[in-house]
Amino acid sequence: MIKITFTTADGAEITTEANPGLTLMEAARDANVPGILAECGGACSCSTCHVYIDPEWVDRLPPKEEQEADLLDFAWEADETRSRLSCQITLTEEDDGLRVEVPAQQG
Amino acid sequence: MTHIGIVGAGQAGAALAAKLRALNFDGQISLIGEETAPPYQRPPLSKKYMSGDMALERLYLRPESFYAEQGFDLRTGCRVSGLDAATRTLVLENGDSLTCDAIALCTGAPPIRLPAAIGGDLGGVYVMRTLADADAMAPEFVAGRHVLIVGGGYIGLEAAAVAASKGLKVTLVEMAPRILARVASAETADYFRALHEGHGVEILESTGLSGLTGTDGRVTAATLSDGRQIEVDFVIAGIGVRPATELAETAGLVLENGIAVDGFGETSAAGIFAAGDCASFPYGTGRLRLESVPNAIDHAEAVAASIMGQGVPYVPRPWFWSDQYDVKLQIAGLNTGFDTVIRRPGDKPGSQSHWYFAGDRLLSVDALNDPRAYMTGKRLIEAGNSPLRDAVADPETPLKSLPLATGLAA
Ligand SMILES: Cc1cc2nc3c(=O)[nH]c(=O)nc-3n(C[C@H](O)[C@H](O)[C@H](O)COP(=O)(O)OP(=O)(O)OC[C@H]3O[C@@H](n4cnc5c(N)ncnc54)[C@H](O)[C@@H]3O)c2cc1C
Ligand code: FES
Repeated sequence: MIKITFTTADGAEITTEANPGLTLMEAARDANVPGILAECGGACSCSTCHVYIDPEWVDRLPPKEEQEADLLDFAWEADETRSRLSCQITLTEEDDGLRVEVPAQQG
Repeated sequence: MTHIGIVGAGQAGAALAAKLRALNFDGQISLIGEETAPPYQRPPLSKKYMSGDMALERLYLRPESFYAEQGFDLRTGCRVSGLDAATRTLVLENGDSLTCDAIALCTGAPPIRLPAAIGGDLGGVYVMRTLADADAMAPEFVAGRHVLIVGGGYIGLEAAAVAASKGLKVTLVEMAPRILARVASAETADYFRALHEGHGVEILESTGLSGLTGTDGRVTAATLSDGRQIEVDFVIAGIGVRPATELAETAGLVLENGIAVDGFGETSAAGIFAAGDCASFPYGTGRLRLESVPNAIDHAEAVAASIMGQGVPYVPRPWFWSDQYDVKLQIAGLNTGFDTVIRRPGDKPGSQSHWYFAGDRLLSVDALNDPRAYMTGKRLIEAGNSPLRDAVADPETPLKSLPLATGLAA
């Protein structure tokens, strides 16, 4: 189990334990984190699982693939370096302590 | 308000229950579903779950512990057999009855089956709606076997893609003059026909199924409307769905292309609501019923707000996706009533998009491996904006600076 902390748009912090192998989106869904809609269920088709990665963690995650980058390019208030689609990040043991922020709106 | 009953523990039912809690409803929520599985996602059934690339646990919308944590009375494997609208009472198949302050019908739209008269009840003939359907047909997906797919809509085409990728021989018949006739343009149909034929799928358009025959109760052959006889190992019917309206009908609710609801999701009976695939809601001058996950979620959440007295009229923001082979289709908007389709080449090899217009108004976009076109189209449509058609057609005009048409009637 690894620890992940989500900060919601209204500033509330939700810290959850997740199994490596799940995606960050699935960890958020399982912890009932509000604001991550994930309408396509992780198919990289909707961009409604957008999150901002804590600056300290940005470079520690695997880079975006093309489909994810293209969707993010048009997402609501996307940040070029910090924005990710949480369904495209598969958690590993190394991600223990990961911190992410949830945007106020998904698209 | 102390007890809310939700019939159908699918995509809409689960979203409605979760939203009620998010809106701070602290009374009892009974979520009653006929299927034995807890609420799960259907789209992967004809995509990654069917191909074996997605484990069962990942299909579930929430971990099983979620329902208890939220204090839901989740009853799976339990069919609701009766509804009394006046007293808002649900009668369960096991004899229990629940009297609620509000009821939401989220019963979905089960598939149309091939009639028994043409062999539809033979073994080896499947439909594609539930986890049980997917699990039952999984052992049939063995390389070299021959599957007949009846119906060239998205579900049929997705099943064809999985089967062809696994080395099965695939024949797909479509009664209409072309595949995707009900849902997409000829341009999009042409794209998918070529894609499937490139993977060895035999697509027969303007061709119906006349009958299935078998031995020992199991299908072995199909006769097509052109008289052709083919040997088949199994059959998947993807010939459409019918909204599940039985309960609503027995309760005397008004039906019109499904269960008719008003803008707040309320049926003709006070305190009885409906959401998702089973419900038609006011749209423009008529009614609309959608069959998609985004609508199931959004409609259910809108109904939850209505039940809590915080409702606003439901405005859908339609979108859809389909995955076939290495092609990702994303659709923004609804193309009903289009008169022109403009093809726009994408920024990358193999990407393109089809923009549907009625006059100068943009209705919808089919993006094929082109997420940028999808996102652009979705934004424009939701804002009620239409780009100039010539600019769309010109790949030199960047998506981010498409000039807009002005003076369109609202
Ligand atoms: C194979 C497949 C692929 C799909 N792919 C996509 C896709 O890529 N993108 C997309 O947007 N949409 C897709 N869809 C459509 C999407 O899954 C549906 O629109 C969505 O599930 C509708 O949600 P719902 O809650 O209205 O109905 P459902 O999810 O069907 O849930 C209804 C539930 O109600 C239960 N029920 C009915 N009557 C009773 C009763 N009397 N008592 C108790 N329970 C009852 C049913 O058993 C069912 O479990 C797909 C559907 C299928 C089948
Ligand atoms: S869940 Fe749809 S893109 Fe991540």
